[in-house]
Amino acid sequence: MSQRTVTIASSVGLHARPAALFVEAAQETGLDVEIGRAGEEAVDATSILGVMALGAKHGEEVILTAEGDGADAALESLVALLSRDLDAEEG
Amino acid sequence: MSGDTRHGVGVSPGTAVGPVVQVAPPVRPPADEPAPADAGAALAHVLEALEAVAVDLDARVAAADEHAAPILKATAMIARDKGLAKAAGKHLGAGLGPAHAIEAAVADYAAQFEALGGYFAERVADLRDVGDRAIAAVLGVPAPGVPPLSGPSVIVAVDLAPAETATLDRARVVGIVTAAGGRTSHTAILAAQMGIPAVVQLHGATDIPAGTTVAVDGDAGAVTLDPDLDLLEAQRVRRERRAAALAAVSGPGATRDGHAVALLANIGGVDDAVAAGAQDVEGVGLFRTEFLYLSAAALPSVDEQAEIYRKVLEPFGDRRVVVRTLDAGADKPLAFADLGEEENPALGRRGLRLCQAKPELIDSQLAALAQAARETGADVRVMAPMVATAEEAAWFASRVAAAGLPKAGVMIEVPAAALRSRHVLAEVDFGSLGTNDLAQYTMAADRMEGELSDLLDPWQPAVLDVVAAACSGGAETGKPVGVCGESAGDPLLALVLAGLGVSSLSMAPTKVPAVRFALSRHSLEECRALAGVAREARSAADAREAVRAAASEELAAIL
Repeated sequence: MSQRTVTIASSVGLHARPAALFVEAAQETGLDVEIGRAGEEAVDATSILGVMALGAKHGEEVILTAEGDGADAALESLVALLSRDLDAEEG
Repeated sequence: MSGDTRHGVGVSPGTAVGPVVQVAPPVRPPADEPAPADAGAALAHVLEALEAVAVDLDARVAAADEHAAPILKATAMIARDKGLAKAAGKHLGAGLGPAHAIEAAVADYAAQFEALGGYFAERVADLRDVGDRAIAAVLGVPAPGVPPLSGPSVIVAVDLAPAETATLDRARVVGIVTAAGGRTSHTAILAAQMGIPAVVQLHGATDIPAGTTVAVDGDAGAVTLDPDLDLLEAQRVRRERRAAALAAVSGPGATRDGHAVALLANIGGVDDAVAAGAQDVEGVGLFRTEFLYLSAAALPSVDEQAEIYRKVLEPFGDRRVVVRTLDAGADKPLAFADLGEEENPALGRRGLRLCQAKPELIDSQLAALAQAARETGADVRVMAPMVATAEEAAWFASRVAAAGLPKAGVMIEVPAAALRSRHVLAEVDFGSLGTNDLAQYTMAADRMEGELSDLLDPWQPAVLDVVAAACSGGAETGKPVGVCGESAGDPLLALVLAGLGVSSLSMAPTKVPAVRFALSRHSLEECRALAGVAREARSAADAREAVRAAASEELAAIL
């Protein structure tokens, strides 16, 4: 199992638009990806409701895990996504 | 001879013609929905309904503009969400029928989002929308909400939810008709803001068959089914005459003889501010600040508030922006300052009363406004809602001075403040008549009760008497008194208000041109005479008719 820790860069946290972009990217990996906080139960990263219910705020650290072929590469791209202020990027 | 003409209450001026598109209300799961005989088949049924909702939303993404498309796309993702399907499956397994299982699954997530507050709580509406659509799909009834529109349409509904109104396709919705609602309902305010002719309180509106051509007259409050060519031609002539007349005057508001009456915009957020700032208005007469607080789980920090205020102030440069401090209470409860349930929220601890119980609310808001005012150099004037006494006005003025803001005012919406305005206004720099609440409290008629629309008519002579009392206190103390209720946007009533001594009128920006035109065609003396005519009348309808008859023909011709 691969694991990465990343800080949420979106100024408004991981809510509607940033959450949708993240979940879409997680779905595209075709892997079982989870997202959560240290010491808490993780949620399915391909579920928009799960990710939104996590309520990750700007500046918060989250842990991504994935299993299967290409898990490391997939996590790298998801980490890169969360490290950008997705809400500031229009269009 | 035109067909069937029905009358409601006109709340957004102008005329329009188009085919009726009925907006179905959301359907609740039936109370007698049986438990599923086969949980597996029931889950398949639920998944099919959710997928149908997602496919429908996908189709709308393609047609949506850049603003709406991402929201619809995210909503489609919610419909296809594995977690939602799993939660519904769990409820089916526990013996709920398909519609109830969807409702319960939505409720599970809604509770989590609401607990998170802020942006997350705002998304609950999208989640509920998915749930309502899926429930309609499993029950085999029409999807709730505004269907995709293929051309110019007149939207007809019992009432429109705020989210529905906000996401209307403005290029295609030419008119709005509702069976419920009132002069100050959400639909009325947003329709006026968007400049879409609207009639509310039209009995039997939802019985008009979809596709029927109707002519909507938002001034007269009339809706004509299958209008004939003569009526359409008369409306077209009036529309063109009106457009030409309104285009001929611009700039600051004034009577024909040059008495200034400032024309201002009512706004409720950053988007409104950007839109209104680009209009020919002299500033903002009412900036409602509740949007900043109502969905927040905790009181936003001073910096967070100041950031938003800066965005609202910037579009107005050196034009004035009158800010109403937080107007919350039992009917608009705050998660972080709830004083509990009240029997009569409208008469309870709301507005300034809530802020007196929780001074940290007002102090942080004033500090943020002062910070934003310093950073933008804007002309910021703050006013408190629900002031009844001179002591309350003095309390507010001292808080404003302590925050370092230059001007403090009060909303005059409680008859007590109007009757004692010379003492109340002596404590502050200005007053602003909130005629919607002033009518509610003068007539003892709940604003939210559409059936009481007639009592809430701002032409009620008793309301005009109370306005006159407020203005006389203004004249005595030399303090300006403005109006920021919807009545300021009625061109005939605006003349009466100017005649009573009101020095500024604040309204939905789309209503400004007609009011500017009306003022420009009458002298101050004529406005005073019209005010006398209105106050002599025995009823609201008589007052309006008498003023219409006495006003200039040029104005009557475009109304």
